[in-house]
Amino acid sequence: MHELAVTQSILDISLRHADEASAKRITDINLVVGQFSSIVDDSVQFYWDIIAKETIAYGATLHFNRIPGEMTCSACGHTFRPGDETFECPSCSSALVRITKGEEFRVDSIDVE
Amino acid sequence: MTTRIPVVENILSANDRMAARNRDLLDQAGVYSINIMASPGAGKTSMILKTLESLNGRLKLGVVEGDLATSIDAEKAAAAGMPAVQINTGGECHLDAAMLADALPTLPLSDIDLVLVENVGNLVCPANFQIGTHLNVLVASIPEGDDKPYKYPSMYRGMQVLIINKIDLLPYVPFNMEYFKRGVEILNPGVVTFAISSKTGEGMSEWTDWLVEQVMTKGK
Repeated sequence: MHELAVTQSILDISLRHADEASAKRITDINLVVGQFSSIVDDSVQFYWDIIAKETIAYGATLHFNRIPGEMTCSACGHTFRPGDETFECPSCSSALVRITKGEEFRVDSIDVE
Repeated sequence: MTTRIPVVENILSANDRMAARNRDLLDQAGVYSINIMASPGAGKTSMILKTLESLNGRLKLGVVEGDLATSIDAEKAAAAGMPAVQINTGGECHLDAAMLADALPTLPLSDIDLVLVENVGNLVCPANFQIGTHLNVLVASIPEGDDKPYKYPSMYRGMQVLIINKIDLLPYVPFNMEYFKRGVEILNPGVVTFAISSKTGEGMSEWTDWLVEQVMTKGK
């Protein structure tokens, strides 16, 4: 259960940027969350509706742009989605693979009025 | 009319800044610190006690124990002669930098070489929250099974030292070391690894000799 701490961080970041832009209201929060980065589910919106009360972010909608994990084989250059039980390259079976996508965990932008 | 404001800020940036402050505090005090993470029952507490024993006075230790509730672990550490502070997270599944910031000043840092922080037993959440220690150490144990790197990749990504514990159980438990290590190598190439048994003491001297070297190079 760390969604509350995560939600609080998202709220703090959003309010700070909205304040800098002298916005009156935040309508949408656009998040980018990679498959490997964290467990963040829909409960974030639930917490949001509680902790954002009495702020200009109350009622804002959270959008999750989920980035699937991606690995690239250093041996043959093949790019693939990692399997559940193995990370080896499905093309050449090499274990010389590296994570190239899926570690994102950021507030990308906010929409304000 | 709505306007889009670009933010592009890591969600846990506030925690990361607090972690950097913890690191400064530790560096100023000349104290080295490690964040010990593992699943519940992997043997974090017994590994810490065995580390104390194997160090045999070479380093002065302090311990921060993180648990949802109870002070059992801090009492064990204190009984073994280490200054210890317990953090009860009250339901949070991990330690964060703010919790450690509250705990550190309660330890006699001027009289400590190395702070061992025992994180909450959990293979998911602690990986996301930097707390400001110098090293993240993951304790994996044989009975957990060899598929854990595949199931908890962010934990295996975020550590700098891997301790494989309970190797005395290898003859009794199905555990494919080669499969396990292949997953680790992909997620964390070349990570420093020690195979130990807190029960028999096997591998402990390699781990503690290495630890002393780290502390001597980077600590007081």
